[in-house]
Formats: sequence, C-alpha cells, structure tokens
Amino acid sequence: MTPAFVAPEIPWAHLLPVAIVLVAGVVGVLVEAFAPQRLRRAIQLTIALLATAGAVVAVAALWAGVRDTGGTVVLGGSMIIDGPALVLQGVLALLGLVSLLVIADRTESGEDAFAPSASAVPGSDYEELARRKGLAQTEVFPLVLFALGGMMIFPAAGDLLTLFVALEVLSLPLYLLSGMARRRRLLSQEASMKYFLLGAFASAFFLFGTALLYGFAGSVRLADIAAATSTVVGMDALLLAGVLLLMVGLLFKVGAVPFHSWTPDVYQGAPTPITGFMAACTKIAAFGAILRIVYVVVPPLEWDVMPLLWAIAVLTMVVGTVVAIVQTDIKRMLAYSSIAHAGFVLVGVVALTSSGISSVLFYLLAYGLSTIGAFAIVSLVREVNAGPGGAVVAEATHVSQWSGLGQRHPVLAASFALFLLSFAGIPLTAGFTGKFAVFSAAVEGGLTWLAVVGVVVSAAAVFFYARIIVLMFFTDPAGTAGETTTVVRSEGFTTVAIALGVIGTILLGVLPSPVLDLLADAAKLIP
Amino acid sequence: MNLSNYLVLAAVLFTIGATTVLLRRNAIVVFMGIELMLNATNLAFVTFARIHGDLTGQVMAFFVMVVAAAEVVIGLAIIVAIFRTRRSASVDDVNLLKS
Repeated sequence: MTPAFVAPEIPWAHLLPVAIVLVAGVVGVLVEAFAPQRLRRAIQLTIALLATAGAVVAVAALWAGVRDTGGTVVLGGSMIIDGPALVLQGVLALLGLVSLLVIADRTESGEDAFAPSASAVPGSDYEELARRKGLAQTEVFPLVLFALGGMMIFPAAGDLLTLFVALEVLSLPLYLLSGMARRRRLLSQEASMKYFLLGAFASAFFLFGTALLYGFAGSVRLADIAAATSTVVGMDALLLAGVLLLMVGLLFKVGAVPFHSWTPDVYQGAPTPITGFMAACTKIAAFGAILRIVYVVVPPLEWDVMPLLWAIAVLTMVVGTVVAIVQTDIKRMLAYSSIAHAGFVLVGVVALTSSGISSVLFYLLAYGLSTIGAFAIVSLVREVNAGPGGAVVAEATHVSQWSGLGQRHPVLAASFALFLLSFAGIPLTAGFTGKFAVFSAAVEGGLTWLAVVGVVVSAAAVFFYARIIVLMFFTDPAGTAGETTTVVRSEGFTTVAIALGVIGTILLGVLPSPVLDLLADAAKLIP
Repeated sequence: MNLSNYLVLAAVLFTIGATTVLLRRNAIVVFMGIELMLNATNLAFVTFARIHGDLTGQVMAFFVMVVAAAEVVIGLAIIVAIFRTRRSASVDDVNLLKS
C-alpha cells in the first residue's frame, strides 16, 4: 500500500525576501520576450528596483519575529531563516538596490556600461551597427536579480544541496555579466572566461567535498553532519577532507589567498558597476555560508581546521595588502584591497564567539557600502581622447590619470577619499568600527596574536590608500595642457548610489551603536 | 563487488579531471575536465547513497546534472564569444590582464 501524499508545508512568509527577487527575475525574462524594445529598460529598471526594495521591506517585516523566536527552520531544513541569515539577506537586498542604481546609470549620450550586443564580435561592423541603433542589453537586470536571489539563499542554506544550487545560481549570471563591458571588450571577455573556468573548477571541489560529507554522515543537512561528528567513529579522514574541500569552494568565492588569483583579473576586466556588485555582494553571501559552516560543522574539528583558517586569514591580509601597494591600475588596487578585507573578515569568523558573528555582519555591511561607492566613482572617471572636443571614452583606470582630480572635482574626490579612509579603517568611518569589532572579537576568542597581525597589516594598508588621496588632492595632473581625464555626466543614478554610500559610511562610523546592538541581537545561528 | 571500488574510481576520475584542468591549454578541453570532475562526484554520490541505503545521494546526482547542463550553456557561450574574437580557444592566449 502506498502512503498517502502529504503536501509539504511551505511557510511563504519566511521565503518572501528571496521569492520576491527571484520572481522579479523571471518576470524580467518575460519582459525581454514580450515588451517592445524602447520600453524595456524602463520596465526592467522599475521591476528590479521595486523587487530589491520589496525584499528589504520583507526582511524588515520578518525581523521582529525572528529576533523573538531566534529563527525558523523552513522547507524541511533546506533553509534556515535565523538572525544572521535574515540580516545578510537584508544587507544583500539593500546593497543590490544600490548596485542596481549604478548598473542602470547611463552617460548623457545614453551609453550604459554594457555592450550594446554582447554577442557581437568586438570591433565588428555588427557591433558598430548595434551601437548606432542604440541597442541596449537589458537582460542585465534579470541576470543581476537571479544572482542576487542566489546570494540571498546562500547564507540561509541549511543543507549542502541548497548551498550548491545557490552557489551556481549566484555564479552563473556573474560569469556572463563580467563579459559584457561596453569598452575594453577583450579584457572583459577574458575576465569572463577566467572567472568561469576557475569558478567552475572551485565549485567542482565544493561538490566533491559535499559528496564526502554525505558519505560521512549519510545526510547533506548541516545539522545532521554536525550531529554525526560525535556519533560516527573511524571516518575522520572523510569528514576532514570533506570540510576542507567545501571550504576551498567557499574561500574561492570570497577571494581568500591562496584562492584569490582570479580576483584582480576579473575585477579589472568586468564592467565596473558589476565589479562593485560582485565585490560587495558575492563576498557577503559567501561569508554568510562560511559563518554557518564554521559555527555549525567545524567546532568538533576545531584543532584540525582552525589553524588552517588562521593561516589563510593571515596570508590573505598580508598578500592582499602587500600586492595592493604596487598596483598601478585603480581597479586592480581595489581588487587587492578587497582581498585584504576578506582576510580581516576571516579574523572575525575564526573568533568562534557570538561577537565574532555580529562583528562579521557589521564589517560586511560597512565594506559593502564603501566598495559599491568606490567602484561607482571609478565608473564615472573617464579618459578623453586627445585633441579639441575629444570624445569621452573608457574609464581612466591608471592611477596616474587620477592625479589632480581633487582640484577639478572636489566633491567626487572627497567621496572617494572617504571610501578609501573607510577601507583603511580611519576612526569616524564605518571601516574603523568594523575593524575594531572584528579585532576585539578575535581577542575575546583568545586569538590576540591574530588581532595584532590584523592591526599591523591595516596600518601598512593605510599607506596605499593615502597614496591615492595625496595623488588626487596634492599632485598636479600630468600633462596639464588639455585635460585627459574627466568626470562624465550621467543620468544621476550613480550620484544617488555614491551619496547613499557616503551617508552610510559616515553614519556607521559616527553612530554605530544602534546597528551594533541590532546585530548583537541577531548573532545566533541555529543549526 | 566491494562498493568502495566505486569510490576509488570516483576519486581517480576526479583527479584526472582536475589534472586536465591544470595541464591542458584548450579552453574546451579544460571545460571537459571540469565536467569529468562533476561526473566523478556524481558517481561518489550514487555510491554513498547505495552504502547508506538512502536516496538523498541519488537526488543530489540529478541536481548536479541539471547544474552541469546550465554550466555548459554559459561556458560554451563564453568560450565561443572569445573564439570568435580571437580565432583561438587557448587559455594561454588570453593574457591581456596582467599585473
């Protein structure tokens, strides 16, 4: 006799933040198919902004319930909506909204950051025709929404299957988006291919780790694996290898040394608004998953796995900072700086205390706001062709081209300086509060030496951030006759995004306590 | 036959795949190496499912197949776009991005 079918109970309310974003992505695909060409951009942009804003509202609506109950396990354990997951979903939706503003922005001549037709061969007649007809690749918006949906599932995933599917849902759109730059398309396509091949390689390791953990525990649910660590004997090698391979996949996504080699290339080649989006949001999502795995599965393995994570944290901070010092390309410099930041966040992760969780959440928010703002500014600073009335072309990414920017565009340069100061961790910026939080969490977790290394490295990092600031404000532009660098005028979305970044960075630096209190309430992972 | 033989086979296939990714120069072949790694993982999943007498591993294998198919679509699109630009699919030729 076959048992009667029992319909699963799906608590839609708890899935609402993710569902809104993913449904909006699907609707976006339908819009591509049915809406007339000239309306598409407006419709897509409206849908995308409404969806991300709606997700923020949905997170806020769920907040009180989760804070009181500590969280809910939904979909039979596939997703866990607890404090850290919900906070990260909210942060991701918010930063997704800000990124979308930068992604949507166009210059005065109506050019966005993306190729008019991504499939056209660079330099071909067809590309020129597409450019003249003013085509736009509006598929960008649904792709960003799908990536964002995957990112929002990632920190909430309660089993390794959901984690793997979310990993791919967030990665696949990003592989495509990084290959769609309007300018310097060869670099962009190259970045796309490198990201794809290395990303797929890393996710294969992640998957094999999943298989080994399944073999160890007979279940892919994180809670069951954690329970099996104390009951199953004699298969420690399987468990350890599984956890390590899993961590390889996740550490690749955050760009931790020695899995960082893709980061500078991809950040440099990808369209700048997309670079900002993935630098901020991918890292946040992946750290959410790392937090869950480290706090739920790793504790019984503390003495096997933690020393490796300590070493990776130190290496990541040191390599990111030292290599950033010698970069001459502004996007590469920001890429290495983001690698160093991954190291600082890892310091908070390995603390293994509840203040470790809340400090990581705060750091990610602070880092994300400044990163999106910084890349938004990079997307506005452009080269000008030589000669009178020269056309504005690609972004001026060489550091020397930024000299004297502060004299000609003081507000923009001051905003960039603020973001750099926040990266450097200067007091009264969000970055300082974040660094202070992760380092004090490490001290509390008994890792004073790691915190000391972190402080020393961030002191060294001040050097290259200060170098850019000095260059912008106190160096005369090279070749003063005829400006070669300009700030392009845009429709204003980017300005809004930069302003949000500036306000957030200052607020989190000057008045961090409401947010810190809120995060302290949320810092409880349920297995 | 001892089930652990299948696990050894899965590990060997996974290693061959990883070696292919690291050593071969043609993007398509590199990509085939990745596919081999994913399928080796599938074999491991199904074997573990048999050992545990549990269906989760088999379900995982189906998910992995779907994801691998999606990855092929994206990957070939990217590789073909590069090939049309450069008339080459060698991973050594894509070297414009350097520090």
